[in-house]
Amino acid sequence: MKAFFLLIYEIYQFMVRFFKEAFIPPYEYKEVLNQFFEVGIRSLAIISLTGFITGLVFTKQSRSSLAEFGATSWLPSLMAIAIVRALAPLVTALIIAGKVGSNIGAELGSMKVTEQIEAMEVSSTNPFKFLVVSRILATTCIVPVLATYMALIGMLGAFVNVYNNEQTSFTSFFQQAFVRITFVDIAVLIVKSAVYGFTIGFAGCFNGYNADHGTVGVGRAANKAVVVSMFLIFVEEMLIVTLVNNYLR
Amino acid sequence: MAAATQGNTNKQPHPGIDRNNAVIALRGVRKAFGPMEVLKGVDLDVYKSENVVVLGRSGSGKSVLIKIIAGLLRPDEGTVKVLGSEIDSLGTRALQDLRSKIGFSFQNSALYDGMNIRANLEFPLVRNKRSLTRKEIDDAVAQVLDDVGLSQTINQMPSELSGGQKKRIGIARTLILHPEIMLYDEPTAGLDPVTSEEINDLINEVQESYKTSAVIITHDLTCAKSTGDRVIMLAEGNFIRQGSFEEVFDSDDPRVQHFYNYNFITKT
Ligand SMILES: Nc1ncnc2c1ncn2[C@@H]1O[C@H](COP(=O)(O)OP(=O)(O)OP(=O)(O)O)[C@@H](O)[C@H]1O
Ligand SMILES: [Mg+2]
Repeated sequence: MKAFFLLIYEIYQFMVRFFKEAFIPPYEYKEVLNQFFEVGIRSLAIISLTGFITGLVFTKQSRSSLAEFGATSWLPSLMAIAIVRALAPLVTALIIAGKVGSNIGAELGSMKVTEQIEAMEVSSTNPFKFLVVSRILATTCIVPVLATYMALIGMLGAFVNVYNNEQTSFTSFFQQAFVRITFVDIAVLIVKSAVYGFTIGFAGCFNGYNADHGTVGVGRAANKAVVVSMFLIFVEEMLIVTLVNNYLR
Repeated sequence: MAAATQGNTNKQPHPGIDRNNAVIALRGVRKAFGPMEVLKGVDLDVYKSENVVVLGRSGSGKSVLIKIIAGLLRPDEGTVKVLGSEIDSLGTRALQDLRSKIGFSFQNSALYDGMNIRANLEFPLVRNKRSLTRKEIDDAVAQVLDDVGLSQTINQMPSELSGGQKKRIGIARTLILHPEIMLYDEPTAGLDPVTSEEINDLINEVQESYKTSAVIITHDLTCAKSTGDRVIMLAEGNFIRQGSFEEVFDSDDPRVQHFYNYNFITKT
């Protein structure tokens, strides 16, 4: 129990330090850009693939239930809602948690246990700024971009399925799809993906930066980074959905 | 065998040592982690151009001592003066300036494994001096690589190097800033005797050509013998003996004897 409160306190300290170092100059522009690239470009392929398949399969699976009511014409708008409101941000976040979160945990963990972090410190570099702030900023900014991108790709997947069955044209599909999508939906998509992105970066950095000595610590840091961020993402999803449905819709 | 015999000859104290000029001065330094007292009040003076070896068993607090000197750890009590400045009283900027004059060779070499050798060597340079031209940087990198005899590795990744090569690159990375003080944490740990010998020679060459003073942390007696102008024995949180290699081991203290015998047996 004591250990639990100690952990909470450490997380709090880490968070405070992050906000302090993120806003106080000097800034590590180059490293931040570097991390944007690392997180963004390197995840593009897997996000494209899963986005497309999610849209396609989800449409395919929903078709039969809608067909019972003769309502397959609702598919475009229904899929748009499902993808924009729920699937794109959630699936993106889970994939990035698995791919980038574990990577951050392992990378910082091994830097910690092999004294690379201390080596930076003696080289006139604030390792917290250089390693932690840049990574958390990158995941926070890039996950919303990737989620938006996945929403578009997912819609493309949905379109392919609809086109194959109903021969709906590209323009009319997207016209129907976006009728039901509001500004609030887009805003929520961006904000909540940013929250997930922050969670992923934070969990990865916290666990990596505090990895205990020894190589076992590295694996544990990577593992914790993923498990913790996935768990938190689901909790956050639930909270955000509740908030949004109560106050914004 | 020539290398081995050479390694067993005692180092003559470096002629340039200036006993009136202590570049490192520790007074009453204590450090504990929780209930475990690691350093129980140590005093240490390292003079200009002197290589001081600190010997001690694994876990005796050698790394802690050297990290306190570099300001990576704060002592619980006592003062640490390096090049005339008290570490604890320095602001971020001043601490950075001071650290650029201290080279730290880490126990695990601590090469950045995401960067190739060139980027590793450039890192301290570009982080400290932001106005250098590309040519100045390239020249500095080529120079230190040449000094440690590893010019051919410039485009390799750390994972492609042997343990001894990593140690050398780690040392080169600190030399690039022309430090006044070198801190070596177990420079020969995990290396075979011949490679260790090369590292010992390199440490002496660095002392000679870069005019450094150094603290060398080790449990390797050959290393102590061939690089130390003065040897200090750390045990149970205190310096129990110091002097030349002979003086330190000319003792009936079981802690010293045990250390000597143990090393001797594992060496043959
Ligand atoms: N940051 C830390 N937090 C807690 N305990 C530490 C920390 N750093 C060192 N210690 C403890 O202090 C003691 C001395 O550690 P240190 O690394 O200085 O040993 P060492 O003499 O360098 O040994 P080795 O030869 O194995 O490197 C060890 O028991 C270690 O567990
Ligand atoms: Mg050590």
